[in-house]
Amino acid sequence: MTLDVKKIRNDFPILKRKVNGYPFVYFDNAATSQKPSKVIASITDYYENYNSNIHRGVHTVSQEATDAYENARKKIQKHFNAKYPEEIILTSGTTHSINLVANGFTGILGSDDEILISELEHHSNIVPWQMMCEKNGAKLKVIPLKENGELDYESFLKKLSEKTKVVFVNHVSNALGTINPIKKIISESHSFGAAVLIDGAQASSHLKADLLDLDVDFYTTSAHKLCGPTGVGMLYGKKKWLEKLPPYQGGGEMISEVTFEKTTYAELPNKFEAGTPNIVGAIGFGYALDYLNEIGLEKIEAYETELLNYATLKLKSIPNLKIYGEAKNKTSVISFNVGKLHSYDLGTILDKYGIAVRTGQHCAQPVMDFFGISGTVRASFSFYNTKEEIDYFYESLIKAIAMLS
Amino acid sequence: MGIIEVQNEIIEEFSLFEDWMQRYEYMIELGKSIELIDPSKKIDSNLIKGCQSKLWLHAELTNNRLIFKADSEAIITKGIAAVLLRVFSNQTPEDILNANLNFVDEIGLKEHLSPTRANGLVSMIKQIKYYALAYSKN
Repeated sequence: MTLDVKKIRNDFPILKRKVNGYPFVYFDNAATSQKPSKVIASITDYYENYNSNIHRGVHTVSQEATDAYENARKKIQKHFNAKYPEEIILTSGTTHSINLVANGFTGILGSDDEILISELEHHSNIVPWQMMCEKNGAKLKVIPLKENGELDYESFLKKLSEKTKVVFVNHVSNALGTINPIKKIISESHSFGAAVLIDGAQASSHLKADLLDLDVDFYTTSAHKLCGPTGVGMLYGKKKWLEKLPPYQGGGEMISEVTFEKTTYAELPNKFEAGTPNIVGAIGFGYALDYLNEIGLEKIEAYETELLNYATLKLKSIPNLKIYGEAKNKTSVISFNVGKLHSYDLGTILDKYGIAVRTGQHCAQPVMDFFGISGTVRASFSFYNTKEEIDYFYESLIKAIAMLS
Repeated sequence: MGIIEVQNEIIEEFSLFEDWMQRYEYMIELGKSIELIDPSKKIDSNLIKGCQSKLWLHAELTNNRLIFKADSEAIITKGIAAVLLRVFSNQTPEDILNANLNFVDEIGLKEHLSPTRANGLVSMIKQIKYYALAYSKN
């Protein structure tokens, strides 16, 4: 169950570069992942050899592009174990997917209905639902956090009722790395008839999500978090839900017949894919999944947990260093502060040493408010990172602390 | 001392440093000696936008000279503010408006700043110029 990390690192051209004169150490993987040559090559190959608009084209190259695009959808379906390829909607990413679902529920829910979302959410997960509630009068209820960064499951059970129509939780928290017990949340919610949307953006590069086994109603992720290109992602929806929801955007591809009196919409998945989609993005997404599956997500998960435990132990030996979020189940993310030092200062000095970490609120102000802090330094590790890099990060952090104190 | 003289003095001080670490250490030292803004002036309307850490700036006119005071949650930001205050504080609004800021590039401040912080630096300079404009006689 070990990874050949040296070989893997060769797959990522960017890892060879230097930053500020030092070897580049990339610990900002929760923001976006780096891309292997295979994915980069698939993008070049598309533009060099079969760039064409998809569907409806009678010519050969259009057919090739269409096949590649639809093949990517099938790869995604297979990877996430969805029942039908048309249950996979290719979107511009998680934010787009969530807006699509929230918009779809606008006309379905009313002022007697409630939706339940967690305090752990990214801003992009909160705002679309607030916008929906403004339009239809539905009530937004919040599942609170506990001190260790886990969701308060008891409170979730108490807030869940017949009034709850949608439950929305992330699979993994972007700010703290907490892995939420989504299977339990889904089955509990279903017993009250609520639909469940899971944001898998932070999970997909670490964990395998089996959608049929989870029995989830909607699941979304972004390709760029899992070694794929930016600007493309997927929304999975159970067929019965996607058929029920109205289209989100009007345009080409999503129509069946158009007259000035009435337009009939296309079948799934085209109903939700208005306009020319991100063809090359989808193709790259497919190649990214191929790459991850060649290595094996189970191996990746095991190695990343090893990195997480190694780094956690090292960081904990630093005086006054406080880690936020120590859930029993978490991905390879460490959010921390050191004494009264500002995360911004630490991030700036670490950058001078060629180390990329994220600082600030991580688009999760409610989580920061919960801990009463203005931000954290967040180091997030991926399977192409090494223990040597963690050692270098630890030494540089000690130097930064000395400099700033 | 006029703005040009102060700038030259700062350029000379920074030219002594051999690497980024020394430059940052010096800036951090300068940050510790900054003329702190009165706590009652640490209000949202005195916040500079475009900075990841909170940065407050306030100015008062005394004998036709603008006195700037600042504070920040982050010590590096505070250091940058300290350098700017050394150049601009206790100068006339007219001189501030006419000032050419060659020292920012000369001391390697701009190139060593991350884009977000560079914006904070730019916003800080802009705010200082706004104060000068508001208090200038013309």
